[in-house]
Amino acid sequence: MSPSISLTLNGEARDIALDDPRVTLLDLLRERLALPGTKKGCDRGQCGACTVLVNGRRVNSCLTLALTLDGAEITTIEGLAADGTLHPVQEAFIENDAFQCGYCTPGQIMSAVGLIAEGRAGDDPERIREGMSGNICRCVAYHGITLAVQDATRSMTPLKKEDAA
Amino acid sequence: MYNFDFERPKSVADAVKALQTEEAQPLGGGQTLIPTLKQRLAMPSKLVSLAGIDEIKGVCKDDQNRLCIGGGTVHRVIAEKAMSEGFPGLTGLASKIGDPAVRNRGTIGGSLANNDPSACYPAAAMATGATIVTDRREIAADDYFKGLFETALEEGEIITEVKMPIPEASAYMKFEQPASRFPLVGVFVARFSDRVGVGVTGASESGVFRWTEAERALGSDFSADAVKGLSVPADGMISDLHGTAEYRAHLVGVMTRRAVAAAQ
Repeated sequence: MSPSISLTLNGEARDIALDDPRVTLLDLLRERLALPGTKKGCDRGQCGACTVLVNGRRVNSCLTLALTLDGAEITTIEGLAADGTLHPVQEAFIENDAFQCGYCTPGQIMSAVGLIAEGRAGDDPERIREGMSGNICRCVAYHGITLAVQDATRSMTPLKKEDAA
Repeated sequence: MYNFDFERPKSVADAVKALQTEEAQPLGGGQTLIPTLKQRLAMPSKLVSLAGIDEIKGVCKDDQNRLCIGGGTVHRVIAEKAMSEGFPGLTGLASKIGDPAVRNRGTIGGSLANNDPSACYPAAAMATGATIVTDRREIAADDYFKGLFETALEEGEIITEVKMPIPEASAYMKFEQPASRFPLVGVFVARFSDRVGVGVTGASESGVFRWTEAERALGSDFSADAVKGLSVPADGMISDLHGTAEYRAHLVGVMTRRAVAAAQ
């Protein structure tokens, strides 16, 4: 009998049987579940192109064996836009030209969503750069990426009283 | 990856049982082991995932003022909890390992079991005089680290907890290799009421070590000036494309002084 996992993928409950324990979350998404939005870059945890959210936290899906994810909640780039409306981070990436070739972009966006949810970087550019340091962009769109994360943070976080004063 | 069997135990007892198979290997967060397997540098017969074992996760403080960190606790949680329990030096260390995605998966038990000569935690474990708790015994940090990628762990032995005495003041300074963020040299300085610990990682060909000469000097005068005249010999330091043995020996002094200054 093949081992299996149950997980919630982009809001939908899925039961998945795996015939091989070596399948990573990245390969599961791309090769078996027809969700190629998550990208394979280095395949060893250095580039961040494969970043997805597991239980709301960003992880490198290439370094995560699918079998270790029983019961987990996974969000990929395909699950961000609700009812055809782009997520604020997606909007901000377009608005700020935060990409060039676009290959790293799904990972950048998922990482940004995770970073904003952590709530530690605020809109400070240096903290955003540090918080996004696991995601490499070989077209060096970093300036636009930082601006996009700043914009999205502001649009997603209600202003505190003391900030407005 | 070469093929392997896979088990997902829910308790330490079941994990230990699953690890009795020859060439079976525990899998922590997988941030080192999975890339190693992908490069076919390891060929375990079976992987035993520790990710589902709740009893080895979490951080608390015991009645001896030690931070008790479950072996399966990820770096992000350690960074958060060490701060709220009054050990900001460890937060500084844990919050700069790799990148945020790595810190959401990688565990302290995995790092200490792997004992990479450039890993960060071993410096803190040595400086604080930590105790490594396994499924079968307790090991003092001084007896635990045995060189490059070698530890006192037996086959199939699992790190369940790490007990770190919380210092009065501490800081970790690493000189990063900018791509990997592993330290070329990392120094953890911990000041207690009756002693000072200095743990050095990344530098020596024999792995992490305590710089006892600096510990003595800092014990009587905890200031960066107290270690100004001290140096470690370049003999036995790592030499690679990132830096020579002499460079690393020099960095040990520099990082120690910076750590002392930061801990004050």
